[in-house]
Amino acid sequence: MEEVRLMKGNEAIAEAAIRAGVDGYFGYPITPQSEIIEYLMLEQPHLRTGMQVLQAESEVAAINMVYGAAGCGKKAMTSSSSPGISLKLEGISYIAASELPCLIVNVQRGGPGLGTIQPSQADYFQAVKGGGHGDYRLLVLAPASVQEMADFVDLSFELAFKYRTPVMILSDGVIGQMMEKVVLPPQKERLSNEELIKKYGSWATTGKPASRERNIITSLELKSERQEAHNHKLQAKYKEISENEVRFEKLNCDDAEYLIVAYGSSARISQKAMQIGREKGIKVGVLRPITLWPFPSDEINKLADQVKGILTVEMSAGQMVEDVRLAVNGKIKVEYFGRYGGMIPSPNEVIEALEQKLIGG
Amino acid sequence: MAKVKGAIVVDTERCKGCNLCVVACPTNVIELNEEVNIKGFNYAYPKFHDACTGCTNCATVCPDMVITVYRFKPAKA
Amino acid sequence: MAEILTPEEIIKQGEPVFVKTKLMTDNTLSYCPGCGHGVAHRITMEVLEEMGIGDQTIGVAPVGCSVLAYEFMNIDMQQAAHGRAPAVATGIKRLFPEKYVFTYQGDGDLAAIGTAETIHACNRGENIVIIFVNNGIYGMTGGQMAPTTLEGMVSSTSPHGRDVEMMGSPIKMTEMVATLPGVCFATRQAVHKPGLVRKAKKAIRKAFENQKDKKGTSIVEIVSNCNSGWKMTPVDSNIWLEENMLPVFPLGDIKG
Repeated sequence: MEEVRLMKGNEAIAEAAIRAGVDGYFGYPITPQSEIIEYLMLEQPHLRTGMQVLQAESEVAAINMVYGAAGCGKKAMTSSSSPGISLKLEGISYIAASELPCLIVNVQRGGPGLGTIQPSQADYFQAVKGGGHGDYRLLVLAPASVQEMADFVDLSFELAFKYRTPVMILSDGVIGQMMEKVVLPPQKERLSNEELIKKYGSWATTGKPASRERNIITSLELKSERQEAHNHKLQAKYKEISENEVRFEKLNCDDAEYLIVAYGSSARISQKAMQIGREKGIKVGVLRPITLWPFPSDEINKLADQVKGILTVEMSAGQMVEDVRLAVNGKIKVEYFGRYGGMIPSPNEVIEALEQKLIGG
Repeated sequence: MAKVKGAIVVDTERCKGCNLCVVACPTNVIELNEEVNIKGFNYAYPKFHDACTGCTNCATVCPDMVITVYRFKPAKA
Repeated sequence: MAEILTPEEIIKQGEPVFVKTKLMTDNTLSYCPGCGHGVAHRITMEVLEEMGIGDQTIGVAPVGCSVLAYEFMNIDMQQAAHGRAPAVATGIKRLFPEKYVFTYQGDGDLAAIGTAETIHACNRGENIVIIFVNNGIYGMTGGQMAPTTLEGMVSSTSPHGRDVEMMGSPIKMTEMVATLPGVCFATRQAVHKPGLVRKAKKAIRKAFENQKDKKGTSIVEIVSNCNSGWKMTPVDSNIWLEENMLPVFPLGDIKG
């Protein structure tokens, strides 16, 4: 039977983690995502599934605990908000380089610096362009509802283990804090150690039996030729992900003359703006990227043949707009509208911006 | 009582000539060779091998694990 | 009187009493001639072999000279970011409590950049073993000042000698973490003389036995040389170690 609950986005992530059969969560409190670790501590998942939860001494320690656990083939995750993610980036680079599967949740707040505890989407560049050092990518999922906060946890781990790569859920303070109805996923069994060794024993550090060579989790390669070869391998993997894992949602795009591209909470606001626009007689559609990397560039490029102009709506000073422009490659006008620093755009502001920048301009 | 006798085998090509075994040997068996190995190190060798008691001190301090020690205890006459 | 055997005959007929452990690979160690790391590696692996737990152990290598420890230790290993080995080990041990987990860290890694990770892993009493090699210098990057560099000691970033007025005094991490209830065993050893090597090995054995008995964190500090960084011959560096390092970092059990 379906299990429906009214939950905060952060709580939904926490509950979904238990149900996804996660082995370990390592976190550190930071607003606006602390409910994730608070929920887990209250829920005592070790009694339900054996899942371990630990409050680390810092975000840095937490991501490195994830590294250690993921290096053993365990399902491990961490969560934080923008300044905390900055601290985790060193570890994320190591995790990507060492090809470890794991989940990192970023419930974004406004920056830069200590910024504000209010919602923001200003970590787009950080999430999709790397953030940490070196040529690596995160597979980035952007939920726009509490339901997706729950659903994307299991999806993230499926993708993380499929490609042996870190996956990020890039959320924001709106989705993290708001309460919605959520249909909870069924409980997945955690892998036993025997099952884990059978599935991941070829690479994970599980203790070296006489029957195989030792497994090493490392990102160090002092010989440049080999380091380049390792980079080639990573890039081939990223190409495969780009070709197979693009996810997006289209709303009213069939007859659209104008397109709004927006993700997460901005997509919800843009959806309302679209309704207002349609009532005004503006044929506007919304494309909501669900994966921010890989980005739905091909779809946006196709739509650029159909619509007259594109507006990106972001709670940042204009970050995703760069990727939309790259996708459109100069075919049509691409403009940006956003509020930031903890401010949230209103649907009316969005449609006014569209009228001014694309129709009137 | 029969004296315990020892002998060592040095993997000369892996020896880095650090001299620690020479200093650690209580019976002054080991010296560094004037010849060098393929890496260019003056490698250790048992110059006065007959004095070896097989105490393992040399191998114990050898950072590169290039020394194997054997011991022979003759049966009582 | 027994006949006198030649060394060749002893090798043929005698007992091998010292053979390299199978838990060390055949890769040539990347360490400088005479460096204590080799012995510290070897005795750690000998302990695992003697306890029969090599196949149940996951080691964590640091950043520093021993970053490549996984090339030499023939067990499953992870390489941690600089200073983060205790956090990585925590992640492994929490989710694989039945495995043996140890970190192998130098003084820069453990006592400077990784101070928080070290102290908090110890404070939580993570059931792991920390092997801490203290040679008072950053070896890998070319002999810079470490948190454990002695007062007045010359390094490439303290070319006029460490000025404690400006740079503080050498940190005694093992004494510091020994104050934490989570630490069950804290000891300082050395590996530059045969008797000391045997003692250090016993300490490492005790540390892993503690882990077996789920007693909490064991830290085994090994005061070692860095003849390249100190710019001495290996033999001279060991004499210097005795005369200068050991008065500041005295050997023996601090706790447990």
